[in-house]
Amino acid sequence: MRWLPCLLACQALFAQGELRFNLRHEPKTLNPILAAEDASQAIAYLTGGVLIRVNRLTQELQPELAESWKVAPDNRSIVIHIRKGVRFSDGTPFTAEDVAWTLQTATDPKLHSPAGESFSAKGSPARGQVLGPDAVSIVFAAPVASLERLFDQLPILSSKSPLKEKAALGPFMVASYQPGIEVVLRRNPNYWKKDASGKQLPYLDAVRLPIQQNREIEFARFSRGEIHLINQLEPELFDRLKKANPEAAFDAGPSTDVDFLWFNQVAGASIPDYKKDWFRSRNFRNAISRAINREDLCRVVFRGRGRPAVGPFSPANKFWFNAKLTPSRFDPTAALKLLQQDGFSRKGDVLFDKQGHAVEFSVITNAGNRIRERMAVLIQQDLQAIGVKLNIVTLDFPSLIERITKTFQYESCLLGLTNVDLDPNEMMNIWMSSSEDHGWNPSQKTPATPWEAEIDNLMRAQSAAGERLKRKALFDRVQEILRQEEPYIYLAHRNSLSAVSPSLRGVHPAALFPQTYWDIEHLSLK
Amino acid sequence: MNGAPDAAKPSLSGRVARHAVSLLLTLLLGGFFGALLLRFGPGFDVDERDLDMRYSAQSREAIHRERAGDRNIFSFYVRYIERAAQGDFGVSRSLAVPVSELIATRAGVTTRLIGLGLAFGWTLGLGFAVASVRWRKPAVIVFSETFCGVALSLPAAVVALLVFLTAGPVSLVIGIAIFPRVFRFARDLFEKALDRPQVLAASARGVAERWIFLRYVVRPAWAPLIALAGVSVSIAFGAAIPVEVICDLPGLGQLAWKAALARDLPVLVSLTLIVTAITLAANAVADVALEAART
Amino acid sequence: MIWIRRFAVAFLGLVFALGLAADWVAPAPYARQFRAEPNAPPSREFPLGLDGLGRDRFSRLLQGTRISLLLAPAAALIAISVALLIGGSAGFLGGWWDHAAMRVTDLFLSLPWLFLFLTARAMLPLNVAPSASIVITFAMMGLLGWASSARVIRSAVPELLSSEFALYARACGCAEPRIWRRHLLPHLRVLLTAQFWILIPVFILGEASLGLLGLGVAEPLPSWGNLIRELESVPALAEYWVLAPVLLLAAVMICFQLVKTGRGVQTF
Repeated sequence: MRWLPCLLACQALFAQGELRFNLRHEPKTLNPILAAEDASQAIAYLTGGVLIRVNRLTQELQPELAESWKVAPDNRSIVIHIRKGVRFSDGTPFTAEDVAWTLQTATDPKLHSPAGESFSAKGSPARGQVLGPDAVSIVFAAPVASLERLFDQLPILSSKSPLKEKAALGPFMVASYQPGIEVVLRRNPNYWKKDASGKQLPYLDAVRLPIQQNREIEFARFSRGEIHLINQLEPELFDRLKKANPEAAFDAGPSTDVDFLWFNQVAGASIPDYKKDWFRSRNFRNAISRAINREDLCRVVFRGRGRPAVGPFSPANKFWFNAKLTPSRFDPTAALKLLQQDGFSRKGDVLFDKQGHAVEFSVITNAGNRIRERMAVLIQQDLQAIGVKLNIVTLDFPSLIERITKTFQYESCLLGLTNVDLDPNEMMNIWMSSSEDHGWNPSQKTPATPWEAEIDNLMRAQSAAGERLKRKALFDRVQEILRQEEPYIYLAHRNSLSAVSPSLRGVHPAALFPQTYWDIEHLSLK
Repeated sequence: MNGAPDAAKPSLSGRVARHAVSLLLTLLLGGFFGALLLRFGPGFDVDERDLDMRYSAQSREAIHRERAGDRNIFSFYVRYIERAAQGDFGVSRSLAVPVSELIATRAGVTTRLIGLGLAFGWTLGLGFAVASVRWRKPAVIVFSETFCGVALSLPAAVVALLVFLTAGPVSLVIGIAIFPRVFRFARDLFEKALDRPQVLAASARGVAERWIFLRYVVRPAWAPLIALAGVSVSIAFGAAIPVEVICDLPGLGQLAWKAALARDLPVLVSLTLIVTAITLAANAVADVALEAART
Repeated sequence: MIWIRRFAVAFLGLVFALGLAADWVAPAPYARQFRAEPNAPPSREFPLGLDGLGRDRFSRLLQGTRISLLLAPAAALIAISVALLIGGSAGFLGGWWDHAAMRVTDLFLSLPWLFLFLTARAMLPLNVAPSASIVITFAMMGLLGWASSARVIRSAVPELLSSEFALYARACGCAEPRIWRRHLLPHLRVLLTAQFWILIPVFILGEASLGLLGLGVAEPLPSWGNLIRELESVPALAEYWVLAPVLLLAAVMICFQLVKTGRGVQTF
């Protein structure tokens, strides 16, 4: 009963039109163009105005601050006509100059702005050229496939406002920030959007973002009505919510997140040669993949709210997902047959390779991630059925990053990937064999295998192709090769689950970030 | 022979000065060892941005170059101490905020948490100890042992969660972590004292129970209790970490945890210095009180 | 009081016996996943229900008993021995040694040892046998966890040295080692056992937090520590059976204490 008076007091404290939801980490920056991690990106999404937006439901481009645009046929430049009469939150007019200036700032090599990084091609940054008060042309050093989608990630800053990056073009602006406690956003009085009836948006007066890491406590706060939204709800909590308050639980179907397992194929890694031979063998990788029961993984770990994965993209990526591919089917007998082709044999409960080594390897994953730890334990049991011993090692995140990016002291790794962008061009760094992000064998001088060479060529071709359907055909082939070779053994896509308070109106949860509040300007509280 | 040779005792000011120098040296060593542990632990050189595929190879190299200055831990520490002497504790690597600002805004939360927790734990511990020694009834013993056993068996994180869910005071968690140690320790000391022949003699003489308890039971237990008081400050700080992390209290414990996970060298070294300073101070005060109690 | 003590002894005997015989007594293998019904509530077949992966909680609890009840006391013994060595010698010898030993103790109380555990994990091979990693973890906890006890012992020693019986023994010409063995150590024992019993649950729970860092008991092996961690996620009040490992740990701790206090009770 003790919290009842507290609750009443809280309600009196909070403003009527104030939306509240948690940030799960301390935002590392409030400057929208520097936002790199979730918390900063959430604030950047709410405060930053962008030229072109990827609609989170339809996944099509829609004009925001750009009234219209035209991409040159060579895919190297774009001319953008900006919306007239728009003002920043402090009243400074928005001009084409601001666009050029933002681009210049974001691509400053000293700032390490992730948004700015995407505007580099062939190592040199794109440049903006002001064509008039309402028009700007942006020229890249090399052709970039579907370059207009890049603008979704580039919030425009003011070149003239005395408030600098604090002057906002988005629906909200930062009102206060207490490190470790909360960020409060207030509605931008000069926001340009109006609803159908001509009323100025956003409907909400403020957004309060307490910084709160613990999921159980976040859930308890939601149940008490202290916060209105939870994005990326854990399946267990979702089930609990579904029982207690079914109209607050939303399942937007598969998200773009994917969990996967891969083997270390780095030539110089400090693992025994015979293990390197296993990991480089397609049969071995396919066999492990077939021995993993993905259906169980989804049912047990995601409580049925996930689906087996076939590749890097989930069906949530409407355009780029290759729907012709089917996930590896659970079949231990077929797995053993594949292994026999490589000379493996099973004696009793243990699998031996052709030189007589018992098959045993370790998998590293990040500690404290309940979902991934459980996945690992399920896989451990699945592999035991074909005589493979899997040792699970959970590491804290910096230790894990060090092992997979610097020292390569690991055998296999279980990790997840959140696709920020829907376009495969953004994944160039992962697929090119010369890249540092080429997880299983990074920074190769020449492609180690013919199929990696083929992926390299396909990725280059799709980037240069320009035409979307042609690119799609090329990337479909990449997904096909990945499915055959399984350098990454894709496991499952979790569903995009969220909790939305019934008092919040106008919510259309989407599979993409920021799931519940992507159209924040249209949300309102009862 | 036995610890405090009375002959050839140096002057008081000399002893204080020597003591101060040794405390300062220990403090400096503490900070250095803290930095050393971090430097040679895994993951010192990595940045979470290493996994962000949007960054190009050149940018990543630039990010690593910015950190490379801290690789030589000796020169880092010397520079750090030089600047710290002028009140500048550097800038947090992960939060990009001056460390002194971070600590100043968070110290209050932790001080309150630990202060209340210690007060609570000691009151409860001593209270139960006195009760179970004075009224040696099976019911009292079983009850206090049960309470103590449960308190010992619940991890601070779980108690913190329970306290949050029931909207109780968070310092309760620290109190519960301190309580069993105080209770068991004090109870054992009191009991040992009760078994002494003086007690029997005094009660045979008809001395009042309360007087016997104060004179023969509580008084000899002074010294070790004071030592435990010094140690309990460090224990309370240790318990503050999970509490602040679970309950999202923006205190020093939470900062320490975040800094450890982000391998934030300046923050971690500063916090190690603070914790070392507090431990030294608490134990030095305990030592002085101990000597005063003896003479 | 005597019946309480008897009951406590019987209970402890039962827990130890069940822990040692876990392989034969447990209704199901501790790692077996009944995937058809994860999180099943208690039933006749599974008295404590199934965990999130469909493993029998009761069998895991029995198996965890063995690991935790054997290794945690061993680690506590190491810690107490080091504490006695450092705290005892500091109190006995005094002077600069006392001073230096207490400064080292203070340092041990304040350094971020977490990184030493991380380094230890980094130095161990990834395919290390689970038993080796558990033993190393507990040994490290023992070697690092002595500081608070050392301080307490250090403060008690001078008191004992100047006590009447020590003075008397010395006056009678008793040799120092004999004074220690016959007079001082028995008096310190109360203090040492109190510290010992406090450290056991501290280490049992500490192992669970280290499990988070990849040290300690690796999946699928259970320990009391990692079973108790389950409480951090499930609303314990709604699913009371999840509390079983905490209750068992608490019960064991309480019974040990009752056995101790039940002996030679006096009335005041």
